[in-house]
Amino acid sequence: MCGLIGIMDTSGRCFSGHDIVVGISNMEERGNGLGAGFAVYGCYPQYADCYAFHVMYTRPDSRSQVEAFLREHFTWVHAEEVPHQPVTDLPNPPLIWRYFLQLPDSAHLSFQTKGRVPFDEAECVVDRVMRVNTAGLGAYIYSSGKDVGVFKGVGHPQQIAEYFGLEEYSGYLWTAHTRFPTNTPGWWGGAHPFGLLNWTVVHNGEISSYGTNRRYLEMMGYHCTMQTDTEVIAYAADFLMRRQGLPVEIAVRVMAAPLWDEIARMDPEEQALMRALRQVYGPLLINGPFTVIIARQGEMIGLTDRIRLRPLTAAIHGDRLYLASEEAPIRLICPQPERVWTPVGGEPIIGRLGESPREEAVWCVESSLYTCVS
Amino acid sequence: MRDGRWEIDANGMHYRALNARLREAVENGAECIVLRNVCGQRYIGANLHRPVEIHIYGTPGNDLAAFMDGPRIIVYGNAQDACGNTMNGGEVVIHGRAGDVTGYSIRGGKIFVRDDVGYRVGIHIKEYQEQRPFIVIGGTAQHFLGEYMAGGVLVVLGLTLRPGECHTATYIGTGMHGGVIYLRGKVADYQLGREVASVPLEDGDWALLRQLVQEFAAHFNRDAEEILAAPFTKLVPLSSRPYGRLYAY
Repeated sequence: MCGLIGIMDTSGRCFSGHDIVVGISNMEERGNGLGAGFAVYGCYPQYADCYAFHVMYTRPDSRSQVEAFLREHFTWVHAEEVPHQPVTDLPNPPLIWRYFLQLPDSAHLSFQTKGRVPFDEAECVVDRVMRVNTAGLGAYIYSSGKDVGVFKGVGHPQQIAEYFGLEEYSGYLWTAHTRFPTNTPGWWGGAHPFGLLNWTVVHNGEISSYGTNRRYLEMMGYHCTMQTDTEVIAYAADFLMRRQGLPVEIAVRVMAAPLWDEIARMDPEEQALMRALRQVYGPLLINGPFTVIIARQGEMIGLTDRIRLRPLTAAIHGDRLYLASEEAPIRLICPQPERVWTPVGGEPIIGRLGESPREEAVWCVESSLYTCVS
Repeated sequence: MRDGRWEIDANGMHYRALNARLREAVENGAECIVLRNVCGQRYIGANLHRPVEIHIYGTPGNDLAAFMDGPRIIVYGNAQDACGNTMNGGEVVIHGRAGDVTGYSIRGGKIFVRDDVGYRVGIHIKEYQEQRPFIVIGGTAQHFLGEYMAGGVLVVLGLTLRPGECHTATYIGTGMHGGVIYLRGKVADYQLGREVASVPLEDGDWALLRQLVQEFAAHFNRDAEEILAAPFTKLVPLSSRPYGRLYAY
């Protein structure tokens, strides 16, 4: 089942975690206490130019090894244990530290670009995140963007929010998730959101194409270590939109590709593009029922599978865009939104910093498709 | 409570507590129950088997009127997903929109929605002898309307469409093997599932439509004659067992 919600203030005004906690807690029946989490953008203004690594140590003795690795490969700006309440009724919380790091000027000397020239800073960071996560140390870097933080664990949303004191944080974009795990274990690393660089993903559904997606992404240097299908969406987003440079409107056509009979009714140019996307990026088609909220700095994207087997409601009020599994949590935060609607399957709802949120965002897809073709 | 009229403030109340209060009210002879500040509570109206009127202010949660048998629910707001799930009798009137799978497996009673509805509305609705369910949608529907429909009547009026705008739902009546769908306006062949056909309306169809549209118009203060003046499309299943030969060689 699972429940999710995202709130973005497109004017960039920051707000505390209060609203998102109220919203996600309203969907109690969508989770069962085996995972909850939050992502917040704009939460580390004092370290905005640093990579903020949140690292989960399931074996505390591995911290010295990981820190030695981080010291070797990054400029160490600041580090601390992620503040949390002394409670708790949460079972076995792991040790969680955060590190504010920069890449040293010499990074390009130690990083093999594997034929990719010139040196790419993001590639270097991805490589190092993957090295830690696959080292078998029981240490996982699950948040690695700039000015963004993921806070998650095993518990109900309210418990996780209290544990990390999220009312103390503030940001212009928040996403949240309550988990009802069905196929994979409920452990701290398996809670949503999943993050890599600036990307975070919360997801409701199950990805039947996980094996195909995972194998393809492994060839591209992404390694799945969190034991949960959602992880591939975070890496697919990074691969398609950052590394391949595809606009959001195109990337969603890869992940939620239109059905073939729909493609057959498109005009020839659009058909050619859709066929090309399916040929080139076929292994990144996300099959099975899903609703996701994908976020990065300055952008929030809501998307469902092409036949909408999982729910998503969108609403706009002033500068704020709301996305949620249900309408009630949105109304609890914002009783009378200017507009509430249910997006069609496979059509992205996109909120962007500096642009007033609008429902018609979906119709801009067509014009951007042609920009991409030409 | 006064003269059989109960008021319940649902603010912050869990659905179990709210539904327990509802059952208590009905057992104590309530005739009209007003629920205020409803926000996401599920299963409202479930397990109530007596005629009683329930007025809901706010946003009721999923599975509104699930398994309901007799009450009449009026929602002043929007309903979420699976409204009327396996409902057996009674009536739901929604002064707003409703979500996916509205009327999921409904087997009796009536649902009226003023505005639009989501995906798979009327999925597997069915009828048996005297039991015949009716769903009337004032706006338009998203895809897979009437999927696996086995009986009953589904009416989509398209009143939220702009002049000249058509229904956009596709896969209408996929797997349909009973009942009838009436759509105000036209749909292209590609919008229909493989298991349905469009046929001309007969006198009996118009009589049924007139009755349902008049009820709809009375609920939402619309002009029935104006609604009925437009052309309708009637969709019926091609077979009562569309998959009967699927695995037969």
